[in-house]
Amino acid sequence: MKLEDKLSTVVKEMKPSGIRKFFDVAKQIEDVISLGVGEPDFDTPWHIREAGIYSVEQGHTHYTENAGLPALRQQICEYYKERYQLDYAPDSDCLVTIGGSEAIDNCFRALLNPGDEVIVATPCFVSYEPTVHLTGGVVKYLQLRSEDAFKVTPEALEACITDKSKLLMINFPGNPTGGTMSEEDYAKLVPIIKKHELIVISDEIYSELIYEGKHTSLAHFDEIKDQVLIINGFSKAFAMTGWRLGYLLGPSTIIKAVTKIHQYAIMSAPTVSQYAAIEALKNGQKNVDAMRLAYKARRNLIVDGFNKMGLPTHLPKGAFYIFPDIRPTGLSSDEFCERLIKEQRVACVPGSAFGEAGAGFIRVSYASSLEEIKEALTRISQFVEQFNVKPSNT
Amino acid sequence: MIDLELLMLLSANAKYEPADLAVILQTDLQDVEKRIAALEEKKIICGYHTIINWDKTSEEQVTSIIYCDAIPERDHGYDNIAKKIYNYPEVESMYLTSGKSDFIIMIHGQTMKEVASFVATKLACIEGITSTSTLFVLQTYKTSGVIMKDETTTSERLLVTP
Ligand SMILES: Cc1ncc(COP(=O)(O)O)c(C=O)c1O
Repeated sequence: MKLEDKLSTVVKEMKPSGIRKFFDVAKQIEDVISLGVGEPDFDTPWHIREAGIYSVEQGHTHYTENAGLPALRQQICEYYKERYQLDYAPDSDCLVTIGGSEAIDNCFRALLNPGDEVIVATPCFVSYEPTVHLTGGVVKYLQLRSEDAFKVTPEALEACITDKSKLLMINFPGNPTGGTMSEEDYAKLVPIIKKHELIVISDEIYSELIYEGKHTSLAHFDEIKDQVLIINGFSKAFAMTGWRLGYLLGPSTIIKAVTKIHQYAIMSAPTVSQYAAIEALKNGQKNVDAMRLAYKARRNLIVDGFNKMGLPTHLPKGAFYIFPDIRPTGLSSDEFCERLIKEQRVACVPGSAFGEAGAGFIRVSYASSLEEIKEALTRISQFVEQFNVKPSNT
Repeated sequence: MIDLELLMLLSANAKYEPADLAVILQTDLQDVEKRIAALEEKKIICGYHTIINWDKTSEEQVTSIIYCDAIPERDHGYDNIAKKIYNYPEVESMYLTSGKSDFIIMIHGQTMKEVASFVATKLACIEGITSTSTLFVLQTYKTSGVIMKDETTTSERLLVTP
């Protein structure tokens, strides 16, 4: 018997992750500076960690309600009201999940029938496509372009719509591009979303990491608020990736359906993390503000560095990634990253790992100290020198 | 606002190069240099120090914290008497505080004897000082926001993640 034959067809057809492949290369090389990391370099602020420890000491070691601790849902809704002026009811419109990751997966499972189409703005976070495929859904790619500062334009959205379109999956501020959408940008999409009755899944996990302007959401438009599901979490804003905690906000009918899956598949999110998260929301804003300031300094330094090398790089307004255009070197993004790590020991991720639309670009994370970024820039520019690219001044 | 950001960056690391600071603050080198000069001129930036863990050097160093009470003077309050204390180079930091004691003074010396002698023959003799209480530091855990312990903090982050 070949165990291989026992695997489901969807899983067999699932592409190996481009990130995983790169991780294996990076692991074998010593003294690597990694700008390939999709998580904060900061440790979780101490008062939040302490709240987690205290909760364990107090014996909070049991399951919580399926949807999450009522006190946490209350805090989440208050936080969304105060920070983003959006009203959600803790009892019916909020589900606490195992990271944004679970929320993404469960939304697709709750909403998709085989054959239903999901418009996914790409290049994008790696989990969207495979989790759609697991449900039998079909992905339609909406290509984000550097010329548009990686925004969704109404024309591009319109072009993806068919009579099978059901969901629109977006992520602003975005991984891997750092792109953001303003209220005006979103306003142009609203009539299309309304007309075609699309449900929007808005992954807002980087909402606290905005360096110019303020975060907005499609949920701000009253006429479609009931069509929008917001995914957010604690990983990026509060540097809590390892706690595995996120949440979903949206209309009660859909939240109820997603909670149904959650209650069977997950039961409840980790209790210790939920207690820590209450502390994060209550008293963590000053930490978030300090980290944001640090990321902004790094962003400015790294964008300048890449443009000086002649690799055109758009100044992203959010998240902690830049997405330089490496086509002037004549290399593919895979070749670029593989040679860069072998020749100069700097790890970045090929843009193509985030979908075909990312080909010709690389994702560079600036969740690293200024000192590391400076050293990495020196190494990368030594690498790029051999290709005789002309300095750009985008 | 730029000045404030500049101060925060320099207080985290005084060694940042002005050229990098210019890029970080989205301004030009000249502007940064001008701002730093002005901040120095106004004594907002008062100096650039290095944080040293003396315990790891062969240099003997003792630090002591001295609680000190004084009688304030009419018109001058504590200021004149404070000046007589902080003018001694041995005094590393000095604060006027609320609560149990009037001043808290930090002193560095090479030996305990040296510090004791300073307290007995200099500090306690200043007119207006009514009492001192000297605490010797046994170990420095953290100073100026930096933890002194050698916890090798190898990052646990994976090299490449989504
Ligand atoms: C765009 C995006 N969404 C979701 C996630 C998942 O985050 P978590 O599951 O840690 O909340 C990530 C993490 O890298 C991300 O970049």
